[in-house]
Amino acid sequence: MTQYLELVCPAGSPAALRAAIEAGADTVYCSYNDRTNARNYPGLNFDVEEMAEGVEYAHKKGCKVLIAINTFPPAGQMKDWQAAVDNAAAAGADAIILADLGVLDYATRTHPNLRRHLSVQASASSSLSINFFRDQFDVKRVVLPRVLSVEEVAKAVEETGLEIEVFAYGSVGPMSEGRCFLSSYMTGLSPTSEGACAPASHVSYKEDGDQVLSCLGDVVLNRVSKNEPAAYPTPCKARYVTRGNASYLFEEPTALNAMDILAELKKAGVTALKIEGRQRSRAYVSEVVGAFRKAVDALAEGDRATSDLSSISEGKKQTTGAYKKGWR
Amino acid sequence: MEAGMVKTPHAQLTLGPLLYHWSPEQRRDFYFKIADEAPVDCVYLGEVICSKREPFFEESFDEVAGRLKRGGKQVLISTIALVTAPREMAEIRERAASDALVEANDVACLQALHGKPHVIGPFINVFNEGAREFVIRNGAVRIVLPVEAPATSIKVLADSPVETEVFVFGRQPLSIAMRCYHARSHGLTKDSCNFVCGLDPNGLSATTVDGEDLLTISGTSTQSHGYAVLLNELDELRKMGVTHFRLSPQDMDMVAVASLFRDTLDGKLSVKEAQSRLQGLSDDIPFINGFYYAREGLTWTEHRAA
Repeated sequence: MTQYLELVCPAGSPAALRAAIEAGADTVYCSYNDRTNARNYPGLNFDVEEMAEGVEYAHKKGCKVLIAINTFPPAGQMKDWQAAVDNAAAAGADAIILADLGVLDYATRTHPNLRRHLSVQASASSSLSINFFRDQFDVKRVVLPRVLSVEEVAKAVEETGLEIEVFAYGSVGPMSEGRCFLSSYMTGLSPTSEGACAPASHVSYKEDGDQVLSCLGDVVLNRVSKNEPAAYPTPCKARYVTRGNASYLFEEPTALNAMDILAELKKAGVTALKIEGRQRSRAYVSEVVGAFRKAVDALAEGDRATSDLSSISEGKKQTTGAYKKGWR
Repeated sequence: MEAGMVKTPHAQLTLGPLLYHWSPEQRRDFYFKIADEAPVDCVYLGEVICSKREPFFEESFDEVAGRLKRGGKQVLISTIALVTAPREMAEIRERAASDALVEANDVACLQALHGKPHVIGPFINVFNEGAREFVIRNGAVRIVLPVEAPATSIKVLADSPVETEVFVFGRQPLSIAMRCYHARSHGLTKDSCNFVCGLDPNGLSATTVDGEDLLTISGTSTQSHGYAVLLNELDELRKMGVTHFRLSPQDMDMVAVASLFRDTLDGKLSVKEAQSRLQGLSDDIPFINGFYYAREGLTWTEHRAA
């Protein structure tokens, strides 16, 4: 089986969309600038007109566009999500990426011909779950949660018959995504319905002697010395104290980098590699997409390309995350 | 309870699944006491957090279920909240094929239960009427709302053709992971965990670096430190159409907890008195209700009329 690894790249803005395409993206994914997506941060994303222009531009360059509408509408407020689905269809998106059962149901009934992908936010972590979404909503592709090993990824490919997309680079999400209420526990704003985990409006840094405290809401998530870089205070990358020891209990502030195991992922049968980071700068997108373009092309030639991305990684550290068994 | 039945005017008190790892003896004795003494209408058995814990309860399962039924309680089987392993999928298929009423906590379970009456657990996101209608079409006869759902959402969702259950007491489950944080805190991994979660029958405290109480760990699950308490809100919830009220087992006198919730629902006990008695049973663990009021989950708000 000749198999091409599709490179799916983040476009948090029209500028990032052009940068990603320039750097070699096969596909970009983006969102509308409201709470219908899981990266609802100020200044990011596309309005309806920009999206239509973005799709047109990408298509001219031979690049596909996926639109993520992957948060969970609160009761009585489904209209915004339905409008996003309608707008994505009108813009000519190649697919929409969904998570909520109600939104999936709406899209399936209203726009049966608009391709549906299942978002990582749907937390479909077994073939049984994936096949439910396949059978009920005819999803064509699933973005797997960042909690599976390479062996489990291979099983998902084999047992579902669907296109499988996996994360290749970016944030590590140790929790089952779409079902984590830690940020709202601390801020009152729900990532599941408002689309922002650890929103900047609730982040603060306070000096305390020769240390800096990173806070989310009123909660101190870390304490570092002034000359240490303070990682962004996300609840799952905070330092907590258990049994008298302070540690990064959930996950170190580190970046997922699967570049060294691309051959294994390809062998597992994945269709697409996703690069996380719609909230990142255009320069970051260019650098990461460029490096992965080279690596994927080298792999297609039977070679192996690696590139040192550690300087732009979160905490300057990298991990292969759950792909390797020892992570758990 | 069959789908489409008229809702009972009797507010049903339920005991949710145990979220900690208790010894087989402690589990058995706990449920025997619940069967004989607790004024609860439904009891959810089954392991939700970690499938490695499951074999410990298998031995006494039938005995416990039988005694609960003889005590007049509806017995339901809850399933794992994060399904990945083939063994877990096989188990879910087996449960779905049995006669038991199953609480699904991962969408994987919906595939196995398709078309058969079942309960949607709080780990499946039903945040809006679109999702609710979809799961009802798939066979849901009761929906336990996610703990994060605020009053404004509960109000819309409880106006429902099926039963609605809300979490009204206990540490709120906030996230579920593949990684075991209990094991990690002991320098171990999930695969080599030595069942260290069994050392903490009410969960392991995780404080901030400044020593403030914040979270509780139970294996792969992260929970609130405070006990969620919706006593003041019971009346309002009933008026919204909520039919079932969930108490989550903590390592404390749960018969007394159930009794004071029952008495409050029945108007035999004032909310103020119930709250004060509950505090007496809860050591110095604070009460929280922030999610209900669309605030920080870890906060407490004195009741205000909706």
